[in-house]
Amino acid sequence: MGEFLYLYRGGQRQRTPEESEQVMQKWLAWMKELTASGNLKDPGQPLETEGKVVKDRRGTVTDGPFAEAKDLVGGFSLIEAASIDRAADLARGCPIFDLGGTVEVRPIMKLDM
Amino acid sequence: MEPSGRLYRREAGRMVATLTRIFGLHNLALAEDVVQDAFCRALEVWKLRGIPENPSAWLMRTAKNRALDVLRRERTARTFAADLGLLLQTEWTLANTVEEIFDATSIPDDQLRMVFSCCDRRLPQAAQVMLVLALVGGFGVDEISNAFVSTRAAVEKRLTRAKKSLSESGPLFDIADATDFQARLPAVQRALYLIFSEGYHGASPQAVVRAELCREAIRLTRLLAEHPLGATPSTRALCALMYLDGARLPARLDAKGDLSSLFDQDRSRWDRKMIDLGRAWLERSATGSQLSRYHVEAAIAALHARAPRCEETDWTAIVSLYDTLMTIAPSPIVALNRAIAIAQAAGADRGLEAIEAIDQRDRLAAYPFYHAACGELELRRSNTLEARTHFQAALALARNPGEQHFLEKRLAACLPG
Repeated sequence: MGEFLYLYRGGQRQRTPEESEQVMQKWLAWMKELTASGNLKDPGQPLETEGKVVKDRRGTVTDGPFAEAKDLVGGFSLIEAASIDRAADLARGCPIFDLGGTVEVRPIMKLDM
Repeated sequence: MEPSGRLYRREAGRMVATLTRIFGLHNLALAEDVVQDAFCRALEVWKLRGIPENPSAWLMRTAKNRALDVLRRERTARTFAADLGLLLQTEWTLANTVEEIFDATSIPDDQLRMVFSCCDRRLPQAAQVMLVLALVGGFGVDEISNAFVSTRAAVEKRLTRAKKSLSESGPLFDIADATDFQARLPAVQRALYLIFSEGYHGASPQAVVRAELCREAIRLTRLLAEHPLGATPSTRALCALMYLDGARLPARLDAKGDLSSLFDQDRSRWDRKMIDLGRAWLERSATGSQLSRYHVEAAIAALHARAPRCEETDWTAIVSLYDTLMTIAPSPIVALNRAIAIAQAAGADRGLEAIEAIDQRDRLAAYPFYHAACGELELRRSNTLEARTHFQAALALARNPGEQHFLEKRLAACLPG
């Protein structure tokens, strides 16, 4: 068993409330699936679109956004899966693809014990 | 799980009403932005973490915090509700004032204030209705265009213009002023009545949208009936009318999903609970000396509700109620319904005579059920040729596939054999 971080990138947020609600329902359904299959370790959190980047010790700070909207990380979840292939496979159910976003799957580094 | 869009519809109206109370009617657009923003932010969190136990409370709290942000950030750049002016300007009273306005017990008043503000005589009646639906009912542009069988672009344009006029119309309506309240009450009742009618008789092919319109009209009328100044006999009668007519909604479509006329409906599918509620409201409306059109229409609906079968309807009593209605609120549609009742009570010949005698009958020419009524009566007189012509005219005017199918079947009934 390994742990993986899903980074949700892109997938525009500016929508009507009705559309937002439909999108939310799809996410809830997907999260429910991941929970039922025992793959969801932590649903994670959404991230604000703004932020700051600290560049060095002298305190050079720039304001976000740091990437184009399509590459911006909008949230993350923690997944448990047998392999990275399995984790990537599970990500295919993510509703973010309906809105042109992507899911980045990153294995969490562990020491073999 | 809630059907999509329901959560926003239920919550948006009260949130916009409350925020407008704080920001002032001239900042209507700002209030709407804050509500949408609060809502979309909440959904971003909920889509990962699930909907909390009490989403309404969460949404209201989010809206409240956003309101405080806006008030702090923009208090030098904007003016907010004039009557709260000083209270919002200093940190000493800001949070308390906002807290008080967000208190759950004042929400019904906020909504009524908004409904009364929308029903401003300076706005066309159709615009008033759209504003109430959009701002208080939380209906989206798509739903409103479905309800009024109009294009999305047309509704959007009208709504934008109406909102602009509304936000320039002065301060929010003061529902504590008894004189102003009584003066505007008829317009408010009329708008709520129109929302209900659009749901009940309207042309929208979407049964779901229509049921939502009826439900929203009933909710707002009850809100009005629970306000000390709004609880007049005519408001109660309007409530009765909506419950009694609304009770028939489940039977308007038969088992095959086809439109079913009052004469053919399966009356066991009428909503008994709504009929009881309607009767109770009708009883409570029987005070004072003013007989409103709502009293008479509710009384007619109550007579229908009482008849276990169509043949057992007291048509003579219904005709005399329509006679009364013609003296209070005459219109070609009322006259047409009166003629149909006369046909039931005294036969098709008398019914057709009454139709021919309708004042300004040409105003019914575009209404499919006027032609259908003529066809029905001619059919009863065995004048199949005339009946066919009428049903063909009705069919050409059908506003949705349901009506079309219904009228095709009536047309087929005119064929010999």
